[in-house]
Amino acid sequence: MTALTDDTLPVTARAMRDEMILFVVMALLLASVPFTGVYPFFVMQALCFALLACAFNLLIGYGGLLSFGHAMFMGTAGYCSGHALKVWGLPPELGILVGIAAAFGLSLITGYISIRRQGIYFSMITLALSQLLYFIYLQAPFTHGEDGIQGIPQGHMFGIFDLSKPTVLYYVVLVGFLAGFLLIYRIINSPFGEVLKSIRENEPRAISLGYRTDQYKFLAFVLSGTLAGFAGALKVFVAQNASLTDVHWSMSGEVVLMTLVGGLGTIFGPVVGAFVIIAMQQYLAGFGQWVTVIQGSIFVICVLTFRRGIIGEIAHYFRRSL
Amino acid sequence: MQALYAQLLVGLINGSFYALLSLGLAVIFGMLNIINFAHGALYMMGAFCAYFLLNLGGINYWWALLLAPIIVGIFGMILERTMLQWLTGLDHLYGLLLTFGIALIVQGVFQNYFGSSGLPYAIPDQLRGGMNLGFMFLPVYRGWVVIFSLVVCLATWFLIEKTRLGAYLRAATENPTLVRAFGINVPRMITLTYGLGVGLAALAGVLSAPINQVRPLMGADLIIVVFAVVVIGGMGSIMGSIITGFALGVIEGLTKYFYPEASNTVVFVLMVLVLLVKPTGLTGRAA
Repeated sequence: MTALTDDTLPVTARAMRDEMILFVVMALLLASVPFTGVYPFFVMQALCFALLACAFNLLIGYGGLLSFGHAMFMGTAGYCSGHALKVWGLPPELGILVGIAAAFGLSLITGYISIRRQGIYFSMITLALSQLLYFIYLQAPFTHGEDGIQGIPQGHMFGIFDLSKPTVLYYVVLVGFLAGFLLIYRIINSPFGEVLKSIRENEPRAISLGYRTDQYKFLAFVLSGTLAGFAGALKVFVAQNASLTDVHWSMSGEVVLMTLVGGLGTIFGPVVGAFVIIAMQQYLAGFGQWVTVIQGSIFVICVLTFRRGIIGEIAHYFRRSL
Repeated sequence: MQALYAQLLVGLINGSFYALLSLGLAVIFGMLNIINFAHGALYMMGAFCAYFLLNLGGINYWWALLLAPIIVGIFGMILERTMLQWLTGLDHLYGLLLTFGIALIVQGVFQNYFGSSGLPYAIPDQLRGGMNLGFMFLPVYRGWVVIFSLVVCLATWFLIEKTRLGAYLRAATENPTLVRAFGINVPRMITLTYGLGVGLAALAGVLSAPINQVRPLMGADLIIVVFAVVVIGGMGSIMGSIITGFALGVIEGLTKYFYPEASNTVVFVLMVLVLLVKPTGLTGRAA
């Protein structure tokens, strides 16, 4: 089995420095968005998906586990946050916590089940579990079936930040995204992350070295699912609704596509991929189902000729780890 | 009681589709090491192929039963030659991603031209009407689907397990390099195997056309259920796929009668239970 990614380059202090510089550049660029006249709603949406893709990438890029059901965490967190905000009238910060807690609980259960099988079976199990959840949400009363939860109030975060103001909301979402991104970066570069990578490269050897690989994979799954839930909870404030599309398998496919386009197992790849795919959907919205055809073509092209993804190619060209 | 038998019959019919599709997935996985995500889209193409043959060429159901699997099978072999073969030696995941992309393309194109609504396909004259079996009324076409699928499944099992060609196939699954050393053209066998698996999917599509209508997304949700079937049964055994397919169809039918709310989810719930009790799946080989 060949490795998913090309990271023969050693993680050196130089790589860390490159990544930190790039992170600061990215943060500054994103922070300046409200002054540039770019439609903030678009960027906020892209940020939520970028965080989701980063969480997904933690699992496949560093754990070698392809989850085809990551939309279930986003959708579940969205429904639970939305319900907490609208029906229970909780303030935003608690609403987000409810969503994260829901995704955490869900990832404990689904992780326990899906980690039992490897490779291709793992993907099919996560897909089947997310479809199971889709049908449950279709019938459950609190999700309002096909209508979804509409008109979710944004409220005041910590009682002071008025989230109904686009600029305030933008910075809250940005801070949430950057916090999630840094957390994932920290996980990847921790001893835990190193063990995870070794499992991806050669699981039998990791076992022979005494690591309980199942526990590592389970923990990675839970971390990834919970962070995906955080992305879903943030998205509730941007879209002000929670609907079945967020749990559907096609959404899980989009997350995979974003990460693949940006670069599997790269740190910044999922962010770039999310912006590319969301922008594409924005501009091609008038073409109806051709968007699906284009997305499918991108999958095919990426897999056949462009497996490193955008950031992966750049990193490979400059012989850096990004 | 009538309703129970009717649901059992629906279950058997769904079961035959599950069996035909999971059989094709298992055959393809054995040779290509790829989980064919495009299987649902190719099943849909089989149904559309029958529809086109009838409405554009005036070719009836019986010929469609033969021609549609061949046409879609050839399409599949072209896919294999032009795309899938380049994935040899890469991680399994890329095969899944590539075929997912192909499924999106095929379904998107059909959705563009035919929307999401269903096109009717008439039951052939010879199979219209029904029989009174005493305890229930059996529509002839539905009975035909179950029996014909069963025959095709068993024929495929026979082909792979009992013939010389099947022996080559199984040998090439175990050790392609060694089989090549005996002068057998393994790449061509891989292409033909993919064609066979795809043909089975297309055949299921033709069979389902008069029952379920012809829709661009008819295979999209079905394939996920079939994945769950494959997880339950495992892909190690041909007979295992056939039996699991039919059994799960029947269980789904029974659920529709006793607890209709769970009929969509029962296969997934069973998958979870099997994973908790016997993680390797029912046929027991570890992946």
